[in-house]
Amino acid sequence: MMDMIKNMTARPLPKDTGIFLVLIGVAIIFEILGWLTQGQTFIFNAQRLFIIILQMAIIGIMAIGVTQIIIMAGIDLSGGSIIGIAGLVAASLAQTSDNVNAVYPAFTDLPVIIPVLAGLGVAMGLGWFNGAVIAITRIPPFIATLAMLVIARGLSRWYTSGKQVSFFVDDFGFFGSGATPIWIFLGVAVLSHILLTRTTYGRRTYAIGSNEQAARMAGINVGRHKMLVYALAGLLYGIAAIIQTSRAETAQSGTGLMWELDAIAAVVIGGTSLMGGVGRITGTIIGVLILGIITSGFTFLGIGVYFINIVKGIIIVAAVVADQYRHRSKRKA
Amino acid sequence: MLFGVAALFEILGWLLIGQSFLFNVKRLPIIILQVSIIGIIAVGVTQVIITSGIDLSSGSVAAMSAMVAASFAQASGGFLMYFDGIADLPVIIPVAMGIIVGCGAGWLNGAITAYTGVPPFIPTLGMLVAARGVAVLYNDGRPIIGLTDSYKFLGSGIVPVIIFIGVALIFHILLTRTVYGRRTYAIGSNEEAARISGININAHKVLVYTIAGGLAGLAGVVMSARATMAQSGMGFMYELDAIAAAVIGGTSLFGGRGRISGTVIGVLILGVITSGFTFLRVDFYYQEIAKGFIILAAVIADQYRHKRTSGGGA
Amino acid sequence: MAGDIILTTKGLTKHYGGVHALEDADFEIRSGEHVAIVGDNGAGKSTFVRQITGVEQPTAGEIFFDGKTRHFANPLDARKVGIETVFQNLALADDLDVPANIFLGREEVYFNLGPFSFMNEKKMLAMAEEGLKRTAIKIPNLHNTIGNMSGGQRQCVAISRTVTFASKLIIMDEPTAALGVQETTQVENIIRTLKKQGIPLILISHNLRQVLNLVDKIIVFRRGRIVGALDAKKTDGNEIVSLITGLDTGVHENASYI
Ligand SMILES: Nc1ncnc2c1ncn2[C@@H]1O[C@H](COP(=O)(O)OP(=O)(O)OP(=O)(O)O)[C@@H](O)[C@H]1O
Ligand SMILES: [Mg+2]
Repeated sequence: MMDMIKNMTARPLPKDTGIFLVLIGVAIIFEILGWLTQGQTFIFNAQRLFIIILQMAIIGIMAIGVTQIIIMAGIDLSGGSIIGIAGLVAASLAQTSDNVNAVYPAFTDLPVIIPVLAGLGVAMGLGWFNGAVIAITRIPPFIATLAMLVIARGLSRWYTSGKQVSFFVDDFGFFGSGATPIWIFLGVAVLSHILLTRTTYGRRTYAIGSNEQAARMAGINVGRHKMLVYALAGLLYGIAAIIQTSRAETAQSGTGLMWELDAIAAVVIGGTSLMGGVGRITGTIIGVLILGIITSGFTFLGIGVYFINIVKGIIIVAAVVADQYRHRSKRKA
Repeated sequence: MLFGVAALFEILGWLLIGQSFLFNVKRLPIIILQVSIIGIIAVGVTQVIITSGIDLSSGSVAAMSAMVAASFAQASGGFLMYFDGIADLPVIIPVAMGIIVGCGAGWLNGAITAYTGVPPFIPTLGMLVAARGVAVLYNDGRPIIGLTDSYKFLGSGIVPVIIFIGVALIFHILLTRTVYGRRTYAIGSNEEAARISGININAHKVLVYTIAGGLAGLAGVVMSARATMAQSGMGFMYELDAIAAAVIGGTSLFGGRGRISGTVIGVLILGVITSGFTFLRVDFYYQEIAKGFIILAAVIADQYRHKRTSGGGA
Repeated sequence: MAGDIILTTKGLTKHYGGVHALEDADFEIRSGEHVAIVGDNGAGKSTFVRQITGVEQPTAGEIFFDGKTRHFANPLDARKVGIETVFQNLALADDLDVPANIFLGREEVYFNLGPFSFMNEKKMLAMAEEGLKRTAIKIPNLHNTIGNMSGGQRQCVAISRTVTFASKLIIMDEPTAALGVQETTQVENIIRTLKKQGIPLILISHNLRQVLNLVDKIIVFRRGRIVGALDAKKTDGNEIVSLITGLDTGVHENASYI
C-alpha cells in the first residue's frame, strides 16, 4: 500500500491531467443540471455525444493550427475569414453541370480533387501571407492577422458578390458525411502531435516561442519557420473549410465568422500559453471538448444562444488570466 | 498626406467621371458627418494606444451602449416599449446611461489589462464578443425604436460633427496640457520608468480604458440617435476603422507617441478614401479588402518609423 | 606552449549609425591559447565577439580562421567551422530541457526530411551527458526545463553546449557575471579543463583576478579600440586598470607588450 502511494507520487502525472479533470467536472455539472432541470441524462446519450464531437471537429482542426502558432508566441485572428473564402473557392469548383447558376459554368463536374486542392491552396496561401508579413515586417501578429481577417472576409464577399454557392458533385459530399470529419480531425491531431513532439519542426516551433533571440543565435531561420507554421495553419483552415462546405452542402461569405475565437478559446483552455514556448495538441483536444460540452450543454438546458457568446468572451479572458498567473509563478520559482 | 489623398481622388474624379470630387457642397459635409462617429471612438482608442495598449471592443461596446441608451430614450405612445411606463425621459438620462455602460465596459477592459498583466488585445477581444452578446441579448435581437425627438436631435444635422469636434478638443487639451496626458505618454514610452517615478500605472491604465469605453458609449448614443433606432448589429468592426485612423494619424502601436490632431486627420483620410471609392463607383467589396490593406500598410509604416527612430539612439 | 595561429582579425570595424563601437581591431589567438578581453562597459568587447561569430556583419576588416578568409553570414556559419560561443545574454530557450537547448539548431536526426526530420532524442541525450561529464558539470535532471534552473546551472548548460561539439575555438562573453562564488568556481574549473584539453578560448570578463589566474594573454579594449596586449604572467591589476581607464600613462609605458 505504502509502496503504491510512493509510486504514485514519484511518477509525475501526465501534463494534461489538470485540464482533463476540468473536462470531467464540466461534464458532471451539466449531467447534474440535466437531471435537475430536464429529468434526463446529458452525457450518456450516444447521439448527443456524437453530435458534440462532430460539431467540434471543424473547430478542432482549426484549433490544432492555432495551437502551433500560439506555441510560437504568435496569434491568428484570421482563421474564420480564411475558412470563409477557402470554402467559397472550393465550392465554386465543385458544382454540378445541371446547375444553371454555376459560378463557373465552364468548370462543372470536375474531379473532386480540383476543388479540394483549390480550397487548400487558397487557405495555405493566405496563411503564408500572414507569416510572411509577420516575419518580414515584424509587426505584432495580432494586427497582421486582424488585417487578414478583414481582407479575407472582403475577398469572400467579393468572390460571388455575396451569393451563396451550392449543388455539389456527389464526391464532394464525402468530406462532411457521417463520421468522416471526426476521422480527419483525429488524423490531423495525431500527425500534428508527432510533428510537434518528434521532429525538428516542433523543436524549432517551441524554441522560437520560448526565446526568439536564442533561436536566431542557434542558427534557426526564424523568419522562414514562421512562414511555414502560419502556412500550415492556413492549410488546416482549408481542411476545415472543405469539411464545413461539404457538410453544409453550401458555401457563403459569412461562413466561419468569429470561429477564430472558438479556436483560440479551445487552445488557451487546453493549457497552451500565449507567452509562447508551452502547449500541447492533447491539451487543445481536451479544450475543444470542454468548449463543445459547454456550448451544447447550454442548448440542452435551453439557455439562449445569445448567452453563449458572453460566456465565450469570459472563458477566453479567464483562461488567459489563469495562464498569466501560472506563468508568473513558474518564472518566479 | 490628407491633401495628397484628397488631391488623388480629385484628379481621379476628373479623369474617370468628369466632375469634381471635393468641391461639391453636398459631398464634403457627408464625409465629415460619416466619420464623426468613428472619430469619437478614435479619440478614445488613440489614448489607449498611446499607453501602448489596444482596444478591440469599441464597436461592440458602442452597440451595447446604443441599445441601453435607446431603451431609456423611447417616446410615449410607441407600442414596442422596452420599459413599460418609462417614456419621455429628459435626454440627459439615456445619454448618461449610454456613457455609463461604455465606461463600465472600458473599466473592465482596463482593470483586467492592468491588474493581471495579460496582453490588452485579449480582454478587449473577450469584450468584443461579450458586449456584442449583451447587445443581442438585451432585446432578444430586436431593434429598439420610437425614440424621443430630443434624443434624435443628437444625431441630426451637424450635431454629431459638433460633438466630435468638442470631444477632440477636450482630449487634445487633456493630453497636451494636463498631468493626465503626461502620465499617458510616460506609461506608453517606458512603463518601467513611469512606475519607478511613482506613477500609479494600474490606476492610470484603468482610467484611460474607462475613458475610451465612455467615448465608445457616446458614439453609440450618437449612432443610434442618427439612425433613430438602436440595433444589436450596429458599429460592427468600427474598432478597426478607429485603430486605422489613429495609426494613420501617426499614433504608434509601440506607445508613447500620438496626437489627437493626427487622429482627426487620420479619420478624415479614411473618410475621403471611403467616399472617394464610392464616388469612383468602386465596388463595395473592394473597399473592404482595401481597408485591410490600409491597416496593414499603416502599421508597417509605423513599424519602420519606430525602428528608425529607436535604432540610432542607443 | 602556443601553436599555430587559429584566428586573426585585421582592421575589424563596426559602426552602428554614428556609434563607432569597434575600430580597426587587429587580434590573434593561437591554438591551445587562452586569451582574455577586458575593458569598460561599452568598450566594444561584445561587439567584437558578434563580428567574429557571424551574429553581425562587420563594417570593415577581415577575419581569418583556420587558415582561410571567412565571411560568416550567421552564427551557424561560424559554428560550422568550429567557433562555439557562450553569448552574454545566454541565448537559451527557457521552456526546453537541457539536451534540447544544447542541440538547438543542429538536432541529431534519423533521416533528413528538411524541417520535418525526426529527432534522435536518445543520441542527443547521450551526447549531452558525455559533454557534461567532460566538463565535470553536474545537473540533477537533464529533462528539467531551463527556466526552472539556477543561474549557475543555466550558465553550465550554455557552456556545455559549446563543449559538446568538439570545437576549434570557444568564446565566452562574461560567463560568470551573474553567478555566485561557488558557481563562479565551477565555471573557472571548466575553463581550466578546457586549457588542459588544449582547446583555445577567448574569455571576456570584468573580473581581473579571474583573468590573471586563468589566461595566457590579456587584450584591453577602450572606446572600441585595442589599446594593449599583456602577458598574464608579467602584468598586474594596476597596469590593466590604467589601460582600461586610459589614466596614468606612466604605467602604460612600462607595459610588456607581446
Ligand atoms: N545594436 C547596436 N546599435 C547601436 N549601438 C550599439 C549596438 N550594440 C552596441 N552598441 C554600442 O556599441 C558600444 C559597444 O557596446 P558593447 O556591447 O560591445 O560593449 P561591451 O564592451 O560588451 O560592454 P559590457 O561590458 O557592458 O558588456 C556601446 O556604446 C553600445 O551602446
Ligand atoms: Mg558586453
